[in-house]
Amino acid sequence: MSGVVGVVLVSHSAALAGEAARLAREIAGTGARVAAAGGTEDGALGTSADLIERAIAEVDQGEGVILIPDLGSSVLTARLLEEPGKVVLADVPFVEGAVAAAVSAAAGAPLAQVLSAAEDARTYRKL
Amino acid sequence: MDVTFFTAWIQEIIRVLAINRDRLTRLDAAIGDADHGTNLDRGFTSVRQAMSDTPPDTPGQLLTLVGNTLIRRVGGASGPLYGSLFRQLGKSLGDAQEVSLDDLAAAFATALESVTRLGKAAEGDKTMVDALAPAARALCSAARDGLKPGEALDRAAAAAAEGAEATIPLQARKGRASYLGPRSVGHEDPGAASSALIVSAMHP
Repeated sequence: MSGVVGVVLVSHSAALAGEAARLAREIAGTGARVAAAGGTEDGALGTSADLIERAIAEVDQGEGVILIPDLGSSVLTARLLEEPGKVVLADVPFVEGAVAAAVSAAAGAPLAQVLSAAEDARTYRKL
Repeated sequence: MDVTFFTAWIQEIIRVLAINRDRLTRLDAAIGDADHGTNLDRGFTSVRQAMSDTPPDTPGQLLTLVGNTLIRRVGGASGPLYGSLFRQLGKSLGDAQEVSLDDLAAAFATALESVTRLGKAAEGDKTMVDALAPAARALCSAARDGLKPGEALDRAAAAAAEGAEATIPLQARKGRASYLGPRSVGHEDPGAASSALIVSAMHP
């Protein structure tokens, strides 16, 4: 296998995306390819299509990329960058979905399986 | 309607949005995150720069440039939404030099579809669709009735303005305003208000 599925976390906040990506990488281990695309290019709250595209390029190893948006414009902008079979959106809780996707991707799972692992995060119970 | 007509439209949008920036932001402060006017003004200021950097040759090229710039430069939800509207308008008009009212009405209908698909919003959800959809219908019926472009654009502007005003009593079902539930009632939707301005700017 040539690489692993990439994960891009798209948030309104650079700090939130950055920390969630760090958490997912720490839990998933060294094999994980997780990038953050948070906030606008000038560091304000919002979404930047350019930052998301750069993050996709950074983690793409040819096995596909999962985008995990937080809300509002993150979802809309991420949807504009979808490429069926290559760049797909996961409709999942931001942190839990990011960790589940990163762990599954780092273990070498293919795109469809990483997506379904992320979607399983929706049903995890904390209590 | 040629590239000069559409360039004048975009320039009028830039002018009108700058004038209405604070009003749109005030509307957004009531039920959103208070950045709609600022975001759109920033996006369209970048559009002005992009137009002067690479002056487009056709209406289609121009509108595609507008759409791509908005997607890249507006940090809020209006970026991808207006971005897809203009990009789809550009795509539908293709490389034609001259656009008839029929072409414009058809392109506008397709562009509206791409916005509703992306935002998953329908009329009555208290969004920009509440201004854009009546405008699209007005253009289509004006084209069918063989009206002159000037009169058709007048009707589209009136329909969009009425649609925007009609969002006041609605409860929001999309976006940040939907978190407010019944408290979103009694305020004009900022997206519908900016859409009405954008459609009205098309007056020749």
